This record gives sequence, structure tokens and C-alpha cells, in this order.
Amino acid sequence: MRHRPTSRPAARLAVTSLAALSVLSLAACGAQVDSPQTEGSASAAGSCVDTSGDSVKVGFLNSLSGTMAISEQTVHDSLQLAAAEINADGGVLGKQLEIVTEDGQSEPTVFAEKATKLITSDCVAAVFGGWTSASRKAMLPVFESNDSLLFYPVQYEGLESSPNIFYTGATTNQQIVPALDYLAEQGVTSLFLVGSDYVFPRTANKIINAYAQAHGIEIVGEEYAPLGHTDFSTIVNKVKSADADAVFNTLNGDSNVAFFKEYTNAGLSAEDMPVLSVSIAEEEIGGIGVENVVGQLTAWNYYETVESPENAAFVEAFKAEYGQDRPTSDPMEAAYTSLYLWREMVEKAESFAVADVQEAADGVTYDAPEGTVVVDGDNHHISKTSLVGKIGDDGLIHTEWSSEEPIEPDPYLEGYDWADGLS
Amino acid sequence: MDILSQLFAGLSLGSVLLLAALGLALTFGQMGVINMAHGEFMMAGAYTAFVVQGVVSGAGVSLLVALPLGFVVGGLLGLLLEATLIHRMYARPLDTLLVTWGVALVLQQVARDVFGAPNVDVSAPTWLSGAVEIGGLALPRTRLFILGLAVACVVALTLLLRATPLGRRIRAVVQNRDLAESSGISSRTTDRITFFLGSGLAGIAGVALTLLGSVGPTLGTSYIVDAFLVVVAGGIGQIKGTVVAALSLGMMQAFFEYSTTASVAKVLVFVAVVAFLQVRPQGLVSARTRSLA
Amino acid sequence: MTVLDKLLAPGRPRVLLGFALAAVLLLAVAPVVLSPFRLGLLGKFLCLAMVAVGIGLAWGRGGLLTLGQGVYFGLGAYIMAMHLKLADAGPDGVPDFMLLYGTGEVPAWWEPMRSPGLALLLIVLVPAALAGLLGWAVFTRRVRGAYFAILSQALAAAFAILLIGQQQTTGGTNGLNGFRGFFGYDLSDPANQRMLYLIAAVVLLVMVAVVRQLTVSRFGELLVAVRDGEDRVRFLGYDPAAVKTVAYVVAAVMAAIGGALFVPIVGIISPADVGVVPSIGFLIGVAIGGRASLLGPVLGSIAVSWAQTSISEQFPSGWIYFQGALFIGVVAFLPGGLASLATRRRRRATSDDDGPDDPAARPAPQPAPEGSTP
Repeated sequence: MRHRPTSRPAARLAVTSLAALSVLSLAACGAQVDSPQTEGSASAAGSCVDTSGDSVKVGFLNSLSGTMAISEQTVHDSLQLAAAEINADGGVLGKQLEIVTEDGQSEPTVFAEKATKLITSDCVAAVFGGWTSASRKAMLPVFESNDSLLFYPVQYEGLESSPNIFYTGATTNQQIVPALDYLAEQGVTSLFLVGSDYVFPRTANKIINAYAQAHGIEIVGEEYAPLGHTDFSTIVNKVKSADADAVFNTLNGDSNVAFFKEYTNAGLSAEDMPVLSVSIAEEEIGGIGVENVVGQLTAWNYYETVESPENAAFVEAFKAEYGQDRPTSDPMEAAYTSLYLWREMVEKAESFAVADVQEAADGVTYDAPEGTVVVDGDNHHISKTSLVGKIGDDGLIHTEWSSEEPIEPDPYLEGYDWADGLS
Repeated sequence: MDILSQLFAGLSLGSVLLLAALGLALTFGQMGVINMAHGEFMMAGAYTAFVVQGVVSGAGVSLLVALPLGFVVGGLLGLLLEATLIHRMYARPLDTLLVTWGVALVLQQVARDVFGAPNVDVSAPTWLSGAVEIGGLALPRTRLFILGLAVACVVALTLLLRATPLGRRIRAVVQNRDLAESSGISSRTTDRITFFLGSGLAGIAGVALTLLGSVGPTLGTSYIVDAFLVVVAGGIGQIKGTVVAALSLGMMQAFFEYSTTASVAKVLVFVAVVAFLQVRPQGLVSARTRSLA
Repeated sequence: MTVLDKLLAPGRPRVLLGFALAAVLLLAVAPVVLSPFRLGLLGKFLCLAMVAVGIGLAWGRGGLLTLGQGVYFGLGAYIMAMHLKLADAGPDGVPDFMLLYGTGEVPAWWEPMRSPGLALLLIVLVPAALAGLLGWAVFTRRVRGAYFAILSQALAAAFAILLIGQQQTTGGTNGLNGFRGFFGYDLSDPANQRMLYLIAAVVLLVMVAVVRQLTVSRFGELLVAVRDGEDRVRFLGYDPAAVKTVAYVVAAVMAAIGGALFVPIVGIISPADVGVVPSIGFLIGVAIGGRASLLGPVLGSIAVSWAQTSISEQFPSGWIYFQGALFIGVVAFLPGGLASLATRRRRRATSDDDGPDDPAARPAPQPAPEGSTP
């Protein structure tokens, strides 16, 4: 172990030059938060969207790798289908769509990074994608500061509206509230809440608690499992001993499999304690095993079994493209619809510019597979019909109950007295 | 009655952890090798059960066919890993951890590309559906089966280590590799066999896990951190420590979860293990060795 | 080639020259050449490289395989993010997400982060305290090697679960995001983004200089000695636990500072950046660059981040195979990383080798830091 001499002058030189450089760099700083030009500099980047040629770029940003790839790949597929159909139909304003695909890798930071790339480097006219709340929250500031458009296709926890995001999935008053109405109608007076430990279930359960208090329903338990949790014996034990009329399930992904297997094995079934799930769609049922969920309830705005000419065409086109065994589901339909809605908005505005599209958005309608939807220009959500379905032994979901008409979006639940103080 | 059902939940969780950790303890104890791909060997076992289910029509027997097949698949994967990579690295046990992590990543992606990203379902045989009622206590048959399987694996492994020439060789190598070598034991062959056994146990665990949860590319990752904690808390070199550690961790998780939440329970279990290692840094039970390391 | 020759010549001037070249590339060339988007990306890579510098010290020099650096990265990042959130909310204001998901009141343990000075201090102190406590507890009981690695990994798992579970106060899986200002500067202004990049570059250079000084000091010699023969060091009368704890704390603080700068540059911190998987991800760059070399971890980490971004743009699933192959290939067949290739070549070329016997144990700067601009 030899001790090395250190030459101090050299070290000092290095430190001095570093200090000088850092002073130099700090001198080159920009606007402060309070300074008056803040607003102007916020969108300093400006739009670089090129609409001079006979094509226009749009970005698809889904997780094609990582834990969310299971779900987001399906959305990506239906977006591709919609793009191909639109291009075959003459494009948007006569321009063919040129798709730029990026992988969100199931990580919020990557979503933010790729969104920036799509907007500033690829100069896309709009971006379609995102799934988890975390990915949307991560992208929101990117779209606002660059003044660009995101179309987000998944049901979510509400309490949000951005001029730069169009939400084509359900907000809470189009999915959770109608589901509770249905349960109350069925005479349910006590509920057990089971959810994954993240934003959507926590917020949903907050709403459910408020609803329950106002409607005389007793919440007999509320349990959260960490994402990816695989052992549900304790939670099922709690559910079983609580003996509620029904279970409201906001579990996500893999956890549903472990939960329902445990639920069935513990001797519980849809007859004695039905489970109403808001995150299980057609494509998940195969992984859970039909025998474990048959007869259980779900709440969505679209099922593959919806009967309409638009849906028949959508299902047929999807199966022709991706295989007969591939089911269609609510988020896939919402994504498919989102691309068509954007086309309707652009053609109404006769412009791809963000401000023009935002201006034209209000009242744009589209005959979607789920039924006719209308864009709300104020909160950028769309009207949707709420459907409670029952899982059949064919692995598909069949509508049990439907709201009488499409429900107007109300992301902050302002139209509900019992929801005061929630947002 | 609540206490009883929680006791069973803890016991059951402990037996799952034990199945996941048993093979790991064997390879870690034998060679000091941390095999991060152990979870992916479990995944391979689970997918084996899925494939078997497609070939053997009767769900009643497919599980029984899948168990030995899962053992072989896991074992062969382990053997391959040992023969190609790990044997080069016995002098660098920490580095094997990273190399096997790389193997784990690749195996996960292979599973994703071969079987598709969505999870697949392995249906439990009818004789395992439902629960056994004992004095108002409903014990799910699948969990009883896994409990029995864990006991069987422990008994089989103990017999193997105690009562066969191979077991003697393994124990000799664990306790003092150099001395074993000089008494004519080929540590090379013994290592391979141990790795085959340990990885095979992972395959069995994977088959068993299809009864409880989903079969997907990331199946192994959900168990691997807990399995490592069991091995560390149990100490190396003896099965006894692993058994006790697995059951204690399972019990702790179940009871913490019952009185708090599942998230808090996980954190509490970790704190408990760190605190425990303060008292016994070498784990519950540790083989006496003459090495300084 | 003449500059390269000078750089390759053994001795101290080469180190300084390499350092100066890196400084010029990072501070003068990159901001001019790269678009704001790419510059922001490079800034993110530099933050991750800070974690790598610390790992290089703890793992490469000290043999402490820490699989939980995400915890310290996350602590620094979350403290910074809390401060930014509180600053955005204004005096006595409440961060937006707490109004939505929480009680609408700022919990007491957030309050210290209101003060900019205190927040900066805590970014260093909290991770240092946790690392010091845990390191001391573990190392004095001679928990080492694989046991330490597993414990650090479990720590990362527990930390991520804890963050996710406390949604009302930590933002849960969403993490913290949507920051508007950074100590009074508007974050959406490109000029300020460039300033942040430059700060990150300077901080990284300072860290490299610090590690360089540490490794040539007596402490550095002791650390290597502990790695190669802990018991012998103990028999010589030194306390290996203290040496290891110091290295672990320094690595933790560097990770925390990296995290703190990551937040304003990337604009978000969430549990997905701090758990088991990202924690192990930090290691790959270090292993590739050369864990025991001075610049290896930095260059390796930047190169890996860059590869991840560009490969995933082309082939989504290709990156996973590539990453797995890197772990297997480099760690199994090139344990000294790319830096060891340079050392080996130099050894063959020159006979005046004055380094210690173990090639991994000496600072082996890269021949030329051309990899520093992706």
C-alpha cells in the first residue's frame, strides 16, 4: 500500500476553472417565475408541425415493453387499425396519416421524454396513447408547455381537465357512479372495497364512500394491495368475514387473477357475494380463467357484444387484422374512437393547428362502436353510455343494464350534491 | 376463528415462500451463488404447466404430469446456466448476481415473445377446487395441496442430503470445499447436481404457483425479493433455517397484513429482517465453516 | 493523434487533460451542438451518471454491491420535488395533488421543505443519515457480500412500496410532477433548461474530481484493501466497518444529488424510478465502463442511457435483450469493463507500469472521453 503524493497546485487549477465555468453557466439563465414575459416564453418552442405535404404526422405512444405492455399493446393495435382505415378512406383533410410510434416502456419518465420527442423532434400534429394515471400526469405538463394535443383512451379517476388533453375513456360519473346506481337498484346495502394501491382505486373509493354515505350503503371494509401483489388469502379472509352484499373491485392487472382464484377457492361466488370490477375487460378474462369469474359483474361503456352496425364493422375489421381469437375491449374501442374524433375535429376546423382544433372540438360527434359520442368543449371529455355487464361462460361480457342515454362527462362531479368537497 | 384462518393464511404463505426459497437456499448454500434467474426458473415451471395443460387433456392429471416435468425443465435450465456461465465465476459470487440478473431479463423477454405478453390461465384440477370445511374453517384445497407439496419437498430433500452418498458429497462440499476436493469428491460434478436440484425445485414451485395466481413473464419477479429474504434470514447450509424463516416470514406477513395493510406489512417484514440480522448476522442457522469469509 | 498520445501517456497530466477535455465537451460543445430536447436528455443521463460515480466508489473500489441506490436517488429526488411543489403552491399554499387525493392539508413532515436552503441541506443530510445508520448497523455486524446486496435490494423494494402506499402525501404511483419553477426560475423557459443542464454537468465534474481525490488518498487505499482482504485490514488495526460506511454514505449522497437534479430536468419523479429494477439498472453502466476506474462508470452510464433511448426507439423489445446480453457479456467475460481493455492495451504498449498489481484497483481513466457526447 503505497501512498501517492497529490500535487496540490494542479488540483487547485481544476477547481478554479470549474468555478469559473459554473459562474459562466449561471449567468446564462432565463425567465424567472414572476417576470411578466413568463406567459410568452412558456410556448417559446412554437409549433413545428408540417402540413405542406400530402401527409401529416401523428404519434402513437403506448407501452410496448414492460409491465403495462399486456394492456397497452391492444390499444396500440386498435389505433393502427383506425389509422389504416382512415388512410384507406382518403386520410384527414386529404392528407395521409404518417404514424410515428414510440414505446413508453411502462415508465412515467419515459412517457414524458417520448412525448417531448414526438412534439419537438418529430413535430406530430397530435399524440394518441397513455394508459396509467402516472403516465398521463407525467405527460400533461409536456403537452401544456409545448401547446400540443394528447388523446387519452382509458377510463380514469377524473378530477382533471386540460385544454391540451382529450379524454375518450370514461370519467367517474360515466362508470363508477352508474355502477353504484345499479348496485343500489339491486338492493345492495353493504359494500366491501378492494383495490390496488394507487391513484385510481384510492380516488374511486373516496367517491364510493361519499356516495355510500348519501345513499345509505354501508362500507364494511376497504383494502388495498400493492401493485403486483400475489397473495390474497388475508384480504379474501377479511372480505369473507365482513359478509357484504357485494364487493367493488378496483384491482389492477395480475392481482385480479390471484384475487379471483382465491375468492373462488374460499368458496365465495357470484351468487352469494357478487364482485363488480371496473378494470377487467375482455382481454383479461382469458388470463384469469373464465371459470373463476363467470357471473361476476363489470362496469364499462363498451363490450364486444354491443349490438350496432358500427360495432359489427369494428369487431370484424379488428379480427380480420389481428386474428379471430382476439377480443375487443373498452379501452381499445376508446382509442379507435379517439383517432376518428380527432379527424372529425380537424375536418370541422379545416386546420391541424392546435388552437383551431380546440376551438372546433365542442359538439363534434362520431358514431362510435359504443354508440354516438359527443365531445364536450369545456372539459374535453366525451358523452358515453354506461353499461353494467355480466361475464358469461363464453368469456365475453354481456350487457345486464344500461344507462337510458349517454351520460354527459362531469370529471369534477359538480352535478352531484353528495360529491361536495371531493374535489 | 379469524385468528385460526389467519394462522392458516400465514402457514400457507409460508409454504409458498418455502417452495420458492428452498432451491435458492440449496444453490446459495452450496456455492455462495446468488441466482437472480431463480424466479425465471419458476416462471419456466409455470409455463410448463400451461403447455402440459394444452397437451394432456384431462385437467385432473395434467397437474400431476406438470410437476415432474416442471422439475426437469427448471433443472435443465439451471444446469445450462451453471455449465455456460456460473462455473466460470465461482471466485466472484457477487458478479454472478449481476450475470444471472441479465439471464433473468432475457428469459422474461423470451417468455413474452413465445407466449405473448398477456397472462395465460392454468386451470386447477377439479379435485382441487373449493375448500375443506373443518369446524367452520374453510381451507382452500389448493392451499392445502401446496402445503403438502412443500412438506414433501422438504422431506425429500432432507432424506437426500442425510441418507444418500450424493447428499454426503453435497454436505461435504458445503462445509469445506477444499477438504472435500482433497478427499476425492469432484466438486465440479457435485455443483452441477446441486444446481440441477435447486433449479428443479424452482420449477416445481412454478407449477404450484399456477394454482394461486397468474402465469405471466413477470411471475418470478414478484417472489424473488421475498425468497431472498427468507434465505438470508434462514442462514445457509441447513434446510432447517430456511423452513423456519419461510414460515416466520409468512406468519408475519399475514398477521401484519391483517392488522395494518398489505403495503405496510411488506415494509414491516423488511424492518424485522434487518433487525433480526443485527442479532444474528449469519441468519438463524448457519453451517460452521472454517473459511474466514 | 498527438493529443491522443499525450492523453495515453501515463501520469498525472493525462488525468487532468482528460478531465479538462470532458469539461469543454460538456460545458461548451454540447450546449451548442445539441437541440434543446437532446440537451435535456443528456442532462438526464448526467444525473443518472452521478449515481454511477457513487456506485463506482462503493462497488468498484469498496466491493459493496449495492442494489438499492434507487432509494437514495429517490430520497434526493423526492425532497427536491417536495420543495418545488411547495414553492409552486406559494407561501402557505397546498400542492395541487394533496387537494385532489389528500386531506387538503400539508403534513408536518413536508414543512421543512418549504425553505429552499433547508431543502438543499436535507437533500444531502437525509440520505447521508439513512446510509450512515444502515451501513453502520450492517457493516459492524459484518454482514457483507451477498447478504448486503440482498438487504439493499429489499430496502429498495420496501421504499417503493412505502412511497406508493402514501398517496395522500407522496403522490403514490403518480409520483410528483408538473413543476413550474425552480428556485424562482421558470422551468418552461429553454434558457433555464440549459442552465439546469450546465449545473448538472458542473456537479458531475465536481463529483468525479471528488472521487479522484478520495481514491488517491489514504482512505482510497484502505477502501481497496478492505475490498480485497477485509480481515487483514482489521488485523492491521483499522476498522473496516467505518471505511465501508463512509464509502456507502458518499455513494448515497451522490445518488441523492443526482436525484435532486433529475427532478427539475425531467419534470417528474415516481416510484417507477426508485424500485428494484431501476436500482439494478444503475449498475449496468458502471459494469460496462469499468467499475474500478475513474471515468468508466460515468462514460458507461451515459453510453447505456443513450443506447436505451435510441435502441428502444427502433426496437421496443430489443432493448431488453440487449440489456440482458450486456449484463451477461460484460460481467462474465470483461469484469474490469471497457476501461480494463484500455489498461490492458496500454500495459502491452508501455513497460513502465507503476500501478498496483490488481488492474481493477487502480484508477484507469479512459483514453479519450469521446463517448461523453452521445
